[in-house]
Amino acid sequence: MCLAIPGKVVELHEDGSGIVDYGGVRREADLSFVNAKVGDWVIVHAGFAIEILDEEEAKKTLDAFALVLEGMEEEKLTRRG
Amino acid sequence: MFREEKRVEMVMGAGGEAMKGLIENYMLKHLLWEKSRDVDVGLEALDDSAVVDDWAFTIDGHTVTPYFFPGGDIGRLSVAGTVNDLSVIGARPLALALGMIIEEGFPISDLDKIVSSVGETSKEADVHVVTGDTKVVERGLPGGIFVTTAGIGRRHPSLLENWEKTGRRGGTPWLLDSKLKEGDKIIVSGTVGDHGIAVLSQREGYGFETDIISDVMPVNHILDSALRSGGVVAAKDPTRGGVANALNEWAEKSQVGIKIYEESIPIKEGVRAACEMLGIDPLEIGNEGKVLLVVVNDSAEDILEVIRKQKGGEDAEIIGEVSSDVKGVVMESVTGGLRIVDPPTGDPVPRIC
Amino acid sequence: MRGVGRVDKGEFNAFRFRDRESAKRLLDAIKRLKVELRVMHVCGTHQDTLVRYGLEQLLLDVGVEVRQGPGCPVCVTTTREIEEALALARAGVTILTFGDMIKVPAESGSLRSVKTEGADVRVVYSSIDALKMAKKESEKRFVYLGIGFETTAPSTAALLLKDSPPNLSILSYHRVVPPALRAILEMGEVKLDGFIEPGHVSVIIGEEPYRFITEEYRIPQVIAGFEPLDLLMAAYLLAKMKKEGKPRLINEYRRAVRPEGNRLALQAMERVFYPVDREWRGFPTIPSSALEVREEFSNKNARIVYEDLLREVWKRTFREPPGCRCPEVLRGLIRSEECPLFGKACTPENPIGPCMVSAEGSCNILYRYGKVFRRR
Repeated sequence: MCLAIPGKVVELHEDGSGIVDYGGVRREADLSFVNAKVGDWVIVHAGFAIEILDEEEAKKTLDAFALVLEGMEEEKLTRRG
Repeated sequence: MFREEKRVEMVMGAGGEAMKGLIENYMLKHLLWEKSRDVDVGLEALDDSAVVDDWAFTIDGHTVTPYFFPGGDIGRLSVAGTVNDLSVIGARPLALALGMIIEEGFPISDLDKIVSSVGETSKEADVHVVTGDTKVVERGLPGGIFVTTAGIGRRHPSLLENWEKTGRRGGTPWLLDSKLKEGDKIIVSGTVGDHGIAVLSQREGYGFETDIISDVMPVNHILDSALRSGGVVAAKDPTRGGVANALNEWAEKSQVGIKIYEESIPIKEGVRAACEMLGIDPLEIGNEGKVLLVVVNDSAEDILEVIRKQKGGEDAEIIGEVSSDVKGVVMESVTGGLRIVDPPTGDPVPRIC
Repeated sequence: MRGVGRVDKGEFNAFRFRDRESAKRLLDAIKRLKVELRVMHVCGTHQDTLVRYGLEQLLLDVGVEVRQGPGCPVCVTTTREIEEALALARAGVTILTFGDMIKVPAESGSLRSVKTEGADVRVVYSSIDALKMAKKESEKRFVYLGIGFETTAPSTAALLLKDSPPNLSILSYHRVVPPALRAILEMGEVKLDGFIEPGHVSVIIGEEPYRFITEEYRIPQVIAGFEPLDLLMAAYLLAKMKKEGKPRLINEYRRAVRPEGNRLALQAMERVFYPVDREWRGFPTIPSSALEVREEFSNKNARIVYEDLLREVWKRTFREPPGCRCPEVLRGLIRSEECPLFGKACTPENPIGPCMVSAEGSCNILYRYGKVFRRR
């Protein structure tokens, strides 16, 4: 129930908003729900950043996929950090 | 069921199912009173142009707001639209008529820019505006200016040869929507969605900043190169309702299935990002400088090659084929699953779900 | 730039999990488990991913049937709530809404039809755009429709917490997910082998609110992201848990969902809204399942500011259009084709109930799919 896509914070403003780049498309987003700095990846829904994306976790999820694809157990997926 | 007085709704002008209903139920029945003998391609074909006594003939109205947008304006759009509608039926555009309805108080400097853009674009397409009409109306015209263009064209010199190269006997050589056959390939002349996103980026309420500009341009030179190469069966300019609408019209008029492959559809990263951000399907938004071609299988590679040498055809791709193992229009997604490509039922609007 | 979906090597690729090869091998991994299961998701955006990448059929072929629960704003908003917006629009108030609600038919019309009759109905992309519009046109009265679940509610709350102009108020249609999950389970009408939990709702509420489903009902759950591989992985994990008989809650979307959720967003939501009992379309009243504006912000609550205009609507009772069985379809009780109106009076062009209106509605999808090729 919530279309939201990843974007990169490229500019911060005093009023708690900033500019997010979605790959050739830039739009203002409200950042008051996240403590984002320039260069952070955020997930934005209806103009609001709702979380900072953890690039490390993204890599781990891909690694976990790889394990499953090679028929290994999925325990690696459930252990966080 | 809940409305006493039936009214025209915005969705009926958006090039999809609702518009088809409006035209079929409230227009055709008044106009198709008798088949006229020298009409080769008439109103009932609902094709991009008609053909009367071997003259191609079409008309197009333009109400885009804002009338200046990244990459173009209503002036350039109005010429390109009609030139492209004539080209995709297999005609060489010959002359245009220009009708303008302008709101009282409209800035003269804007009018000057718009008409100069009409001039430049007609020069680019090598087609003169030969007649026209101008009206001024009371203040309150949405967007401030409406521009309508009509156009006539002559049969393209290579049209017959092109048709012979398809190896299909008989019938008219004009490029009709009803001519698709199993195995024909589908080519798009470049990236999808550029125009739609460029205009949407300016709209209040969901505007955004982008380096995406409209692709608005005449494509008669692209058709010209394809016809000279030979083997073109049908063509359409995917404007209102985009590629989805064009493919569905073909599927219905030729009573065939069409299968396309998501991985082969060219799209700019910015257009994909904007569509994902707004929850819009890139296949449903308008293109104003692209052409979709159906070509016989054996000529597909040659035609692709000549198109890629044309201005605006550099990113051309074969995106699918006419196939009887599907009904309607179906797309194989990047993950291998099949998805229905619907005819759009109205202008795409941003969604959250 | 080639290919709509072709995975480019750009930096934006880090979060795109779509490649065909991995999809195929994940499906093979599920097939090797040789398990038949029926799972439910409650998220229109999961349904969008399933449909957009054709995953529903691919999963059916390997034994996993994915049912759609009540998970999109279009499907759950009641006729009465839409009639509230129509009444305000007809009285000259400008309605600001996301595109989702425009086509939904209530009883006396839809936002689209009242716009055609001359009402001012505008689509916005964010509550911030609504704020800007209301400030710019300070002589007009604006009501912003707060639709969506915990993912969207904080952005509506932010509207009231910022210095929003006096001519702007909100009509809250917001719902919350966990109570609906409990209602589905308590009704016990559908036998489910697992839940795919909504990724972006979970970004806000975290993992805790779902625990009761595994602990009390022994049903496996996976919080999933919205890339195709996220959903295929979720199906694989649910199948594995069923096979091993070890129901757990697994957070597959750890790149975005923290166990504790987003505290700042939760605080904003709790500051502005309080839970109330409310009907969902297709469901009897579900306790504490909707969000209403707190007393403190009454001057921003359209149900108070425009009470006189809305009282008429509240007096009326609304039934589903005669013969419409969306309620049972929404609860997964009957399949779309078992509804008498399906494909006859009720089609995508002339939708009667929400399941046919929304492109993600189960009837809309089956109608279109039925046209193309029969589903097994």
